[in-house]
This record gives sequence, structure tokens and C-alpha cells, in this order.
Amino acid sequence: MSGAATNGSRIAGRFAALKQAGRGALVTYLQAYDPDPATSLALLRGLPGAGADLIEVGVPFTDPMADGPSIQRAAQRALKAGATLAGVLALVRDFRAGDAATPIILMGYYNPILAYGIDRFCTDAAASGVDGLIVVDVPPEEADEIEPQAKAAGLDLIRLVAPTTDDARLPRVLAATSGFVYYVSITGITGTRSATAASLEQAIPRIRQHTGLPVAIGFGIRTPQQAAAAARLADGAVVGTALVDTLAGSLDEQGRARPETVRQVLDQVRGLAEAVRDTANRVA
Amino acid sequence: MNQLRPNSFRLSPDARGRFGPFGGRFVAETLMPLILEVEQAYEAAKRDPAFDTEWRRLLTHYVGRPSPLWYAGRLTEHLRQEAGKGRGAAAPEAHGAKIYFKREELNHTGAHKINAVLGQILLAKRMGKTRIIAETGAGQHGVATATACALFDLPCTVFMGATDVERQQPNVFRMKLLGAEVMPVTSGAATLKDAMNEALRHWVANVEDTYYCIGTVAGPHPYPVMVRDFQCVIGEETREQVLAAEGRLPDALVCAVGGGSSAMGLFFPFLDDAGVAMYGVEAAGRGLDTAEHAASLNRGRPGVLHGNRTYLLQDAHGQITEAHSISAGLDYPGIGPEHSWLHEQGRVQYVGATDAEALDAFQLCSRLEGIIPALESAHGLAQVIKLAPTMPRDSIIVLNLSGRGDKDIFTVAQHLGVKL
Ligand SMILES: Cc1ncc(COP(=O)(O)O)c(C=O)c1O
Repeated sequence: MSGAATNGSRIAGRFAALKQAGRGALVTYLQAYDPDPATSLALLRGLPGAGADLIEVGVPFTDPMADGPSIQRAAQRALKAGATLAGVLALVRDFRAGDAATPIILMGYYNPILAYGIDRFCTDAAASGVDGLIVVDVPPEEADEIEPQAKAAGLDLIRLVAPTTDDARLPRVLAATSGFVYYVSITGITGTRSATAASLEQAIPRIRQHTGLPVAIGFGIRTPQQAAAAARLADGAVVGTALVDTLAGSLDEQGRARPETVRQVLDQVRGLAEAVRDTANRVA
Repeated sequence: MNQLRPNSFRLSPDARGRFGPFGGRFVAETLMPLILEVEQAYEAAKRDPAFDTEWRRLLTHYVGRPSPLWYAGRLTEHLRQEAGKGRGAAAPEAHGAKIYFKREELNHTGAHKINAVLGQILLAKRMGKTRIIAETGAGQHGVATATACALFDLPCTVFMGATDVERQQPNVFRMKLLGAEVMPVTSGAATLKDAMNEALRHWVANVEDTYYCIGTVAGPHPYPVMVRDFQCVIGEETREQVLAAEGRLPDALVCAVGGGSSAMGLFFPFLDDAGVAMYGVEAAGRGLDTAEHAASLNRGRPGVLHGNRTYLLQDAHGQITEAHSISAGLDYPGIGPEHSWLHEQGRVQYVGATDAEALDAFQLCSRLEGIIPALESAHGLAQVIKLAPTMPRDSIIVLNLSGRGDKDIFTVAQHLGVKL
């Protein structure tokens, strides 16, 4: 179906295809413009080849309430490099020109979208090749802020489910979700700690009771082993801070990319992808 | 009272926590269930007479309420003379309003913050929470929270921007004496906004046992309405006191606005009294037309930060910009959502006072009234100094003297070139 996929269906299509293949998805997260637009585009372009099945693109914001120090610093680097929401969309457009298949999800906070204009943003995002949105600080209670516009533009609105989301609340959250469910595996911010296998083994079936949507696990997944376990238990594993840390570690003293920056991050993605794909063999 | 009158300014927020388009609950899913729990617990507490009784007992016997309403006679006379000068000999008698101070600086811990802190700590106890966190700018809210936590034997962690830790050393030491842990926050400009980010992050990671005691009428619903409700004790007392002293309502109310809790507390009980003008005073820093101020209503645009929609200092792309004020308690790029609504409704006028004007007012008040005001309150005073000479002699202004200035003497000394 290359080239024919439309926004919104790319995410469902990718998860369905992976299910057929008997494995879960590797979902990667990097901030757009970290540490500069050219490196960021090179990373994006390299991710599918390195084994990323879906790509989350972090939209830099000055006050990322749900993020730990690593992603806070990534946002600061990106903003210093001139990141704007329009710039992020341009980046996705450039990526899309060479890849019609890999789903792209923008993850960020509401205020930059508000400043851009919600209608215009949803239209432009879809036109740029974005498939879904995760707007961290717009919970289902405020869904009418952006849901109609996202739907009209054919964008999936992916919602977070947290360990604090109890059974009474879960249906409400899931009803407002499309594309996939993002399970925040810890009560905490990004890049701090990891969930135990036991807690995940309880949480995922609980969510599955309420939805047929694919479930991806994020927050605290750092190693290939953790990614493989999460992708086996759920339908996907999101790795963010670990990649951002590798990127940060590869920069020079001024915070600029070095020749090996892109390769180091993509090598790590390859390692994660191998582990996630290896699971398939074990399951099959 | 006038609760059901159409056109009332006293009916907000709605069930979603909205004041017109402002307010709401813009938080990550991890916090959402907890926000709802706080709301339910607060609604239940409001209906429980025992809760109110206990809070009022603390206000009377621990805080020292009611706080006095002081007729600032020397300041009044001084400004009448100024009015005379300004207008030449023609009408020296005609101008210069009577000025009253609502003396929140006499509360235990030296500011209005304790009113809402005690209410929230009682709520936290009801909810079975065993740890308290708070953010603080000037340190007044941190000190109030540390105080209540000492009284109720609860561990307390206060997040404070590293810049503020530096400029509010006396309050940092006070919090530590009271047994609280002070966590300096180094992200961003290391001031109040960043302290609030960090407190929210910490809360997300400790939702089970922790209550977040917010220091102003900001944050996600129900905080803006809850903190306002507790602070309304200021306006309710003022109403009774001014009626007793003057037999009528005041013509104008003035209060500095950081997040806006002291202002909402004074204003709210008077919102439906059309004859009472209201002035919220934003920190104009080095000037409203410079890049260094904290005037979110005068120079910002609506946006979403820290759980609510409100006016914010931000760039064209929706990135939050840094605020500046000599006063740590006003150094915040946002404002409580109810103020944004009252601003758009035109019910309250929001004006600015610069660092320099606040410094002048700080000194004038000290010399004329023997009251050293907090730098925050000095911003309100700066507006009174501008306003009183324009009003007739028989008119009445009430200033919320929200806090005392002991904590600020080092900052002021530094600005005056005095080494302590
Ligand atoms: C004495 C005093 N007044 C005013 C403020 C500003 O806060 P708010 O606008 O919520 O009253 C502060 C904040 O620290 C304060 O300490």
C-alpha cells in the first residue's frame, strides 16, 4: 500500500500488520530539532531503517510538566536551535517525502498548539503527514478543545492511560482514544524509573478488558530487554529518554551534534528493534 | 445574598472549573484522578460544618483573625497634600481619598497565605494524605505551609526556584526551622514558574500519599476556586469592618496580583457591588514596555499552563517567557484564571506598578505608617499613591496589605545601595 496510506489509517494499518507478523511495535521518541533541525531530520529518516515501527516526534515546550530532566534539556536544546511548531511540521513533511508508510505521532503540550491555532494546526499537521497526536495536558475532560478538529483532519488522538486511571474512569478515557492507547507504566514523569514486570502483567489485561485498540507501553523503557518484554506483553514499546540520553551524550561541549551522533542513536534503535523482533521468533 | 441575581460575577466557576473561557483542568492523565479526588473531598468538606468550625478556630486562635482594618491617616494626609500640589491652590481641599489598610501582614507568618494553607491542610488530613508539598516564590506560602505542617505533624517539602532561594534567604531559613525540606529548583529562570513545574512533577510521582498545597488561585480546578473561597475571609471581614467604621462600602479596592489569591480574597465578596471599583496591580518590573515585567494581563495572551487556561507571558509560538519583578511573589508569567475573566469582563481594572514605584511605596509606608510592607503589597500601595489624589476626599480606598516586609529588607537594602 505504499504511498496510498492516508492519515489516521497508517497507525491502525501498522499495528495490524505487526500483529499479523506476530510481534509488537518499537515506538521511538525524540524531540524535534534536538539538537538542530538537520540532525533531527537525519535521525527521523534513519529511524525506519533502524527498526522503528512508529515514530513519536516530541514538540519542544518550555514547561514540559510530565517530563524529567533529560527531555527538559532536550526541549531547551531544541528551542535554542529555533524549534517552532511550524518548523516541526516542516520536518515531518520532509520526512514524509521519503517515507509514506511509517506512522508519525506528534507528542507535546497544548500551549504551542493553541498559539498556532487549533483548526489550522490540525489541517496543517495532516497535510504534513502527521498521523496522530498526543497532547499530554489535554485530558478527556477537556477533549472538546481539540477532538472535533483532530477528527475532521483525520488525525488519531492517542490518550494516555496511567496506573492511577481506575476501572471507573478507564472507559471514559478509552472512549476518547483512537489509534492506540499509550499506557504510562509508572506514576511519574519520563526518564525516572521503570515499572515492574508484575505491575505491567496486571495493567495490560485490565486495559484490554475495555478496548480492542492496540496498547503501547511507555515511560521507563530503556533497555532492549525491557522493550522486548513490553512489546511482548502489549502491542508496542515506547523508548524515549534512553534515546535522548544517548543523543545528549554524543554532543560536544557546546551541545552541538558530532559526526557520530546520528549513528550512535540509530545503533541503539537497531539494538532495541532486534530484541523486539526476536520476541516474535520466540512467540511464533 | 445576591447569589441568584443574573449577571452576577459570583457564580463562577462552572462544573468544569471554567470562569468564562478560563480555568479548566489541563493536566496529564496521571494527575487527573487525583484532581478529581481533591475536588470531591473539597465539595464534601464545604458541606461539613465541622470542617468550617475547625478552620475558623484556627483562624481565630492561631492566625489571629480578624485582621484589623487600619485607617492610614498619615498616608491619607500626605497624599492629600500631594493632591493639593498637583492641582494648584484651586482645589487643595477637594481631593485625596481616605485610605484603609486591611492588615493581612499581622497574620501569623506575616501574610495572607496562611488562610488558604490551613484550609488545605485540613483538607489533606481529611483525604488521608500524609505528606505535603508546596511551591513558593517569595517564601511566604512556603513558610505558611511549613508552619501548618509543623502544627499538624506532617512532613513538608517546599519547591523554590534557586533564584528565589537566593533573594529570600530569611524565609528559606524560616522554613527549615519549621522542619520543612526546601528543594531549590534550577530549571528555567529558577523562579516561581519553575518551582510549580517541579512541584507538579513531584506530585505525579507521589500521588498516593501526597497533597499539593498550591499557594494561589491558579493550577487546575478546583484549586482556583478553593483557594479563593478560603481567602474570601479577607473580603468578608473588610466588608463588615468598613461598614462599621464608615457606614458604607468603599469606593475602591486595591491589591497586588501575583497569582492573585490576596486580590480574589478581597475582591470576590464585593464583585456584585457595582459602586466598588477594583484595581489589581501587576508587577511592571522595569516597565510595561520593556521585556522585563510580570504583567500577564496587560502584556500577555490567553494560553494554557499549570493546569488552566489564563493570560500568560508567551512568545508568538506559545513558548512561555520569563517574568521579571523585584518581588519574588509576583514574579510569575501567569495569573489565576478568574482574574483573566474579570479582566475581559471589565469588572476589575488591572494596572501596573514598576520595581521603582514599589520601592518608593515601600519606604513611604514604612516612614508614614510605621508599617514595613512586603514588596508584593508595596505594588498595591504604589497604585493607591497614584489613585488616592484623583479621588474626592470623602471617598474610601481599601488596600490589601497582604504581607509584612521583613523578608524583603535585604533586597531593598541592596537596591538602595546599603550593605547589611
Ligand atoms: C505578601 C504577599 N502578597 C502577595 C503575594 C502574591 O500572591 P497572590 O497574588 O496570590 O496574593 C505574595 C506571594 O508570595 C505575598 O507573599
